[in-house]
Amino acid sequence: MIERRSVAGQPLRWRTEVRDICQRASLLYELVHRDLTVRYKRSFLGFFWTMLHPLLLMGIFLVVFSSVFRFRAPRYEIYFLSAYVSWNFFSQTAVNAMAGVAWNGPLMKRVRVPLSVFTLSSTVSGLVNLALSLAVLFAIMLFTGAPLHPALIFLPVSLLLVWLFTLGASLAFTAVSIFFGDFREMVQAGLPALMYLTPIIYPIEVVPERYRWLIKLNPMVYIVEIVRDPIYYGIIPSPTTMLVAVVVSLGSLAVGWMIFRHMAPRFHAHL
Amino acid sequence: MNVIELHSVSVRYRERKIRSLKEAVIRSVKGHPRSPYFYGLRNVSLDIHHGESVGIIGSNGAGKSTLLRVAAGIIAPSEGMAISRGSVAPVMELGTGFESELSGRENIFFNGALLGCSRAYMRQRLDEIIAFSGLEAFIDAPLRTYSTGMLARLAFAVATSIDAETVLLDEILAVGDAPFRRQCKARIEGFVSRGSTIVLVSHELDSVESLCSRAVWMSKGEVVDDGPTAEVMTRYRAQS
Repeated sequence: MIERRSVAGQPLRWRTEVRDICQRASLLYELVHRDLTVRYKRSFLGFFWTMLHPLLLMGIFLVVFSSVFRFRAPRYEIYFLSAYVSWNFFSQTAVNAMAGVAWNGPLMKRVRVPLSVFTLSSTVSGLVNLALSLAVLFAIMLFTGAPLHPALIFLPVSLLLVWLFTLGASLAFTAVSIFFGDFREMVQAGLPALMYLTPIIYPIEVVPERYRWLIKLNPMVYIVEIVRDPIYYGIIPSPTTMLVAVVVSLGSLAVGWMIFRHMAPRFHAHL
Repeated sequence: MNVIELHSVSVRYRERKIRSLKEAVIRSVKGHPRSPYFYGLRNVSLDIHHGESVGIIGSNGAGKSTLLRVAAGIIAPSEGMAISRGSVAPVMELGTGFESELSGRENIFFNGALLGCSRAYMRQRLDEIIAFSGLEAFIDAPLRTYSTGMLARLAFAVATSIDAETVLLDEILAVGDAPFRRQCKARIEGFVSRGSTIVLVSHELDSVESLCSRAVWMSKGEVVDDGPTAEVMTRYRAQS
């Protein structure tokens, strides 16, 4: 017989959380299903908005920047898109996870569910969108005659790390935004800045050599790099890049979970 | 065996919450003291045995729903400890966990998942749930087209189709018309006769009297009286 104890001042335990989420896989399925269908149910183009929105943005970036950076990066559209898909996954998921609090807040204090399941479901919905964006990217590559490299078999490993990184950040962001209503606005203001500090639209070579170390302090550089390497350069990321990417994504998950598990028992007072 | 144990449980909130990071930083820089606590539950200890049917009574704001949420493990106590054993299904205010853009049928699965039921289990119970709700004709229409009464019927049908050893019911008899309420009561009696433990929060003293053998009277976050329903009710009526 299952015995559950909830003791004052005790943070969540990851074992219990993982067990509860595994036991209730149907809940994760229903949340993702709702995420993906409800948002667009009443709009004319429906589900395709999910794809159309990043496509439009991509188009704008392509038109604006391809003439500027083309001489640095041949097949600029692939150079840009192979990094933008992972950036877009990260930033969209982080924002959606925080926005989901408004939607799921009432449930968090009225239904017994593992609290992290809402954030987890946001990242899974994000993965579905990421898969669609990748499909669009591969279609563009085939259409423009860009080579599809054998290194692509490494892509799932890269995407796993990108997902872990995003999950960690989203857990932390959700927890803090439940306590402080203005935090979401701050993140939304900060994300575009972070994007321009990451070599997504520009090659890192355009940054003067003596400032490059500064750019490399940004963890997003590695998260973007491990996806771009197999798609655009056709190589498996170097051991150094991989090592940093693993440390960054596991670090994000560890720190994100730490923040979440300590704040979660007091969520109900703020919802 | 106790299926629910509360050991000196308190739940407290700040009287004035800090809502933004900006405010939190300004207050800590200026060294403002934080606001005092308000107690939603204060030092509550309670044991509920397997197979008992317990009614929780008291005026609005007495802490009845908070007590149920702590017992269900939905919210953590600020002091003390709560223990639950076996499967516990909390059925909180009807209508939580419904999505207006989804159809009635989709909502049955969504709500079932929130209550802890698998898709396979819900599929098995689907026909019965739809029949009980009496909404066969509208089940594939989006929920936003439902009336309040229809919503209550669907919510109750899903909530009571669950199969748990302990069922916690919060104010769910307050909705619907008279025949529907009779149907609801019959369902709850079904839980009791099957040997499930039930804890019922209700403003309707009649329902507590007819369904529960034990009553707990709460006031201002504390348990003031606890005993056989008839005795507690007599004292409660005399006081109010």
